[in-house]
Amino acid sequence: MMPEELQEIATIEQVSEQQFQSRIYVCVAAGCLSSQSDQVKEALDKEIARRGLEKWCQVKGVGCMGLCAAGPLVSVNGGEYLYQSATPADALDLVESLNDTPVKRLLCATNIPFFQRQKKIVLENCGKIDPERIEDYIANEGYTALLHALTEMNPSAVIEQVVQSGLRGRGGAGFPTGLKWTTVAKALGGQKYVICNADEGDPGAFMDRSVLESDPHRILEGMAIAAYAIGANQGFIYVRAEYPLAIKRLKIAIRQAERLGLLGSAIFGTRFNFHIDIRLGAGAFVCGEETALIASIEGKRGTPRPRPPYPAEYGLWGLPTLINNVETFANITPIIRKGGAWFAEIGTEKSKGTKVFALAGQINNTGLIEVPMGISLRDIIFEIGGGIPGDHSLKAIQTGGPSGGCIPNSYLDMSVDYDSLAQVGSIMGSGGMIVIDETSSLIDVAKFFIEFCMTESCGKCVPCRVGTKQIYQILTKIADGMAKPDDLTLLEELCELVRNTSLCGLGQSATNPVMSTLRYFREDYLAHIRVDEQESSEVPE
Amino acid sequence: MQPDTGKIAPPSDDRRWRLIGASMRRHGYQSHALIEILHTVQEAFGCLDEDSLRYVALSLRVPLSQVYGVATFYQFFTLKPQGKHSCVVCLGTACYIKGGTNIITAIEDKFKLKPGGTTADGQLSLLTARCLGSCGLAPAAVFDGRVVGKLDNAEVLKQLTHLLKPQAAPTEEVPS
Ligand SMILES: Cc1cc2nc3c(=O)[nH]c(=O)nc-3n(C[C@H](O)[C@H](O)[C@H](O)COP(=O)(O)O)c2cc1C
Ligand code: FES
Repeated sequence: MMPEELQEIATIEQVSEQQFQSRIYVCVAAGCLSSQSDQVKEALDKEIARRGLEKWCQVKGVGCMGLCAAGPLVSVNGGEYLYQSATPADALDLVESLNDTPVKRLLCATNIPFFQRQKKIVLENCGKIDPERIEDYIANEGYTALLHALTEMNPSAVIEQVVQSGLRGRGGAGFPTGLKWTTVAKALGGQKYVICNADEGDPGAFMDRSVLESDPHRILEGMAIAAYAIGANQGFIYVRAEYPLAIKRLKIAIRQAERLGLLGSAIFGTRFNFHIDIRLGAGAFVCGEETALIASIEGKRGTPRPRPPYPAEYGLWGLPTLINNVETFANITPIIRKGGAWFAEIGTEKSKGTKVFALAGQINNTGLIEVPMGISLRDIIFEIGGGIPGDHSLKAIQTGGPSGGCIPNSYLDMSVDYDSLAQVGSIMGSGGMIVIDETSSLIDVAKFFIEFCMTESCGKCVPCRVGTKQIYQILTKIADGMAKPDDLTLLEELCELVRNTSLCGLGQSATNPVMSTLRYFREDYLAHIRVDEQESSEVPE
Repeated sequence: MQPDTGKIAPPSDDRRWRLIGASMRRHGYQSHALIEILHTVQEAFGCLDEDSLRYVALSLRVPLSQVYGVATFYQFFTLKPQGKHSCVVCLGTACYIKGGTNIITAIEDKFKLKPGGTTADGQLSLLTARCLGSCGLAPAAVFDGRVVGKLDNAEVLKQLTHLLKPQAAPTEEVPS
């Protein structure tokens, strides 16, 4: 495709959109689909057709609007009204209401903090565009960043913008993205690869899934810009097999982009070629780890290997490979469009931009949110999240999944950024945020995560394979009220050992949930410890 | 004997092998397509039996031990045939906190079935998953490919009864 054609497609799409007087958007991302939003859309389509209003009102399936718990969500006229828990039977009233008053019984207030306190960069198109139509993406500035990069910037200028933005990897560890790109760009070798890590292994998180389902072209465009910057011509997206809808939409997106020549050879008439293939995961958490992921793409068992060498120098098939998370790539297009300096304005000194969180657990507004870095936990839980349901009180907030920790409610006013979270013994992780109220036992939560790491350990290194099992056994003993004070000491020693000697991040961080609960909720553990009569004078440390 | 790539005869004349053959051809019989091919086999046959592992190993020229190693490493692959219907209960963090284990217990009690098992009549398999990505609707489960959220025990048993009804109308699936 030539540059002018992109503008042409955008204009045609915008004009045809403007013909409609009214618009009804129905969320067709996984959350609302599991509340049968596809049937709601079908019913709306039928109702519009029955009244012969096809030219007047548009019904569009769009991506995630965030408030998954209230689904199926329907938005009218670009957010003028938002309806929740819509059913196919409501279609009649919804269409009826278009030139009349809104359907009161379904209305969902949009002036609540859940919507107003968010800042959308990664999710800017979610809930607005049809994820299965490339034209819709193009009409919303899609692929203009790629065009700009390819025709007006050289690769080092692209990297310069990413460095300037201060973007850090959203896959968990928060490694500076610009630095990673610089390293891969400098690596010697003709053939290089770009990999998008869409394994999203944290069992309780669905940010990457929502982006893939709601705005797949954004990832393709981000990857293409990365490939141009580092000098790669082949990319892979490694997606979990558990996400069939995301896989389907990615496949559609790749096919559409290839058809228009936005992926493939001589993109925009330049000498830049780039192809993307999808690789499916097969249900192994450790495959989210970059070296294990690479082994899996090579068709092998997904076991990690020691680093260095890092994938930047020795990656897929031994060649220099750039591997970034979905959300990291999703931030690239706005950075190129608006400049690194613009991005660096948002967030805190060391954590720039926004972060998408999947809010779940004992909280009123479960769903997907995007907030600027540096917001307080209190604002997330009590403002955006709407607080804890029932008369319960907040006990802890779990971030970072099995590699993260439990933050007690006394830290509610802390800032949410990479460094503050690490300081309190948790991690930013990929964005899972599970709210726990006082009815849950934190020993149980710690046990849950250790059991997860135990079953997901690939078995290659002993500390992780055996250590997690032993930690699990001690925790079971504690939970059953059978443990002695000595067991607590042993537990702490074991955690240290596993943390310091495991081969990969899985083992190294597997003990975080245990250590953080031991640190902040020691009384809970002590309450379960059996102190025999003759020993009762001994005070456990 | 060095078999000629691509000329390996499939284990039977079942038409589904054509799909698998086509998929291998598309990947140029490259050994790194192993996982993709195993996905195709499992999608077509529901599980990876010994015959299919041997066939894939020969066709891609990968040692059988390695094919077996890969097939058993990944939780998604199963070597045992599954029941006619499946129920996958999520035990991810969000669902766990919201009582996903109670759902398992309810199914265990009613159907005398453990996670990973299939009922004696081969009608129902019970599986668990680590997050379906519907955490906002926890606890969630998948009934024959259809995700249902905000479950409680009564609702789960209702869904299962519906699933196992002989004349049950085909449920709409999540597009895949
Ligand atoms: C056990 C383990 C699991 C991981 N799972 C994921 C994952 O699911 N998704 C992801 O993007 N990164 C995951 N990572 C981090 C990756 O190894 C890698 O750091 C990341 O993909 C780099 O991308 P980024 O720089 O954009 O963050 C995991 C790491 C470990 C140690
Ligand atoms: S934890 Fe069950 S769907 Fe995510």
